[in-house]
Amino acid sequence: MSTEFAIVMKEIGFGYHRKPVLQSLSLNLKKGRYYALLGPNGAGKSTLFALLCQLLRPQAGTISIVGVDAAKTPRQALAKTGVVFQQSTLDLDLTVEQNLGYHAALHGMGALQTRTAITRELSRLDVADKRKVKVRALNGGHRRRVEIARALLHDPEVLLLDEATVGLDIPTRQQINQDLRELCRQKALTVLSSTHLIDDIQPQDHLIVLHKGTVQLDMPCADAVSPYSYQGLSELYQQLTLKEEVAA
Amino acid sequence: MTFWVAFLGITKRELLRFFQQRARLLSALVRPLLWLVVFAAGFRAALGIAIIEPYDTYITYDVYIVPGLAGIIMLFNGMQSSLSMVYDREMGSMKVMLMSPLPRPFLLIARLMAGAIISVLQVYAFLLIAWLLDIEMTAVGYISAVPAIFLAALMLGALGLFLSSFIKQLENFAGVMNFVVFPMFFLSSALYPLWKMRESSEVLYWISEYNPFTHAVELVRFALYEQMNAEAAVVTLMTAVVFSALAIWGYDPKKGMFRRQGKGAG
Repeated sequence: MSTEFAIVMKEIGFGYHRKPVLQSLSLNLKKGRYYALLGPNGAGKSTLFALLCQLLRPQAGTISIVGVDAAKTPRQALAKTGVVFQQSTLDLDLTVEQNLGYHAALHGMGALQTRTAITRELSRLDVADKRKVKVRALNGGHRRRVEIARALLHDPEVLLLDEATVGLDIPTRQQINQDLRELCRQKALTVLSSTHLIDDIQPQDHLIVLHKGTVQLDMPCADAVSPYSYQGLSELYQQLTLKEEVAA
Repeated sequence: MTFWVAFLGITKRELLRFFQQRARLLSALVRPLLWLVVFAAGFRAALGIAIIEPYDTYITYDVYIVPGLAGIIMLFNGMQSSLSMVYDREMGSMKVMLMSPLPRPFLLIARLMAGAIISVLQVYAFLLIAWLLDIEMTAVGYISAVPAIFLAALMLGALGLFLSSFIKQLENFAGVMNFVVFPMFFLSSALYPLWKMRESSEVLYWISEYNPFTHAVELVRFALYEQMNAEAAVVTLMTAVVFSALAIWGYDPKKGMFRRQGKGAG
């Protein structure tokens, strides 16, 4: 099992102040696949990410990242994980290289290894020319690319993207989305990308729909749309997440 | 080696940020200089300082308050550092540090030490200006004060770190200034020797006597005059350890800040 799956979540439960946010959530994410996590605001996506990043600990259930039990050896699990948070976490007054260098140091990477990794990832994300530029001078798209490059610097096996394309214009979003799928293929990386933008999702993705802390759907996107004979993903999503509100 | 690399990385980031924010250095220096040049000048005539340890002669008031003003630089830097932790947390960059595969206590202590190094730099910039104003210590005094200043800065940084783990929003920071920083400063030996305070109020004297900031200031004062105040060193060290432990507890994901924040936006 540990060889096939990059992320295994079993019966996860979590709540804030007795208000349950995630309930008996179980997911198995295969290695080298792109998973789109779709859900409305308040569905529990950010909490799920905080649990995977170990900023929170589950109150019930277990999480394993590439075969490593996150509760028993959290540091080892973090070493295999790269994250792009919803909100930009770059230091605006430092250059791209200084920001990436800081991340590399936090992962204990030596000077030579850091330089090589920075060159590799900035080139991969097509922002090599921004290396010496202060982040403040970058546009939103470039900042996102730098953040993705940073998340990949320590060569993780799992990449978590928490609404990474939010606030970007449509062409930039499309380009980043395309690049992320390419990255997934190139590096055999497992990507879990949360979004509430349906056009971020592509037919070849695996789709997970989260609503009110439970998994409503967990299957390849192409399979999810056709058997239910919905007009498209948008209709399926509305059926899954809005039916209760409509009924009410 | 990994730990050393991470420590250097954290320190480098703090230094880069510090030198980017020149206004921060300037305001850190202006505040104590105002006390030294204006306040001390006014009180110089009103207050005479008797011979007390570690001084071996009568001293003027401006000479007396230099270690106290060094203390306030460290106190404000500790709070500034704590403020930037709260800011980092609100801005999310704190998460970058906590996502490191290195142990969280190590990361927080490294951050604390990086902040203390910045405090030491600020204090020495202030001591340089004080030297230009003819308030001089010996060369050995300046050197022997380095570990004392570092330890005091560490303690005040630990206090800031502890507070930052419990402050949910930047707005709450003003309360910290009113309820922590100012009482800590005024109820200490920074501005006046405690025997003077005792003449007017026994209660305030004892509060000041137990104030860890008093011990931090006295540690620096003695060290600047090439003397070791063991009691002050022990109290400062113990306080630093206690506040660091509390801060580490505060940042524990099982108990700490992210949990209390109750964040679950999506």
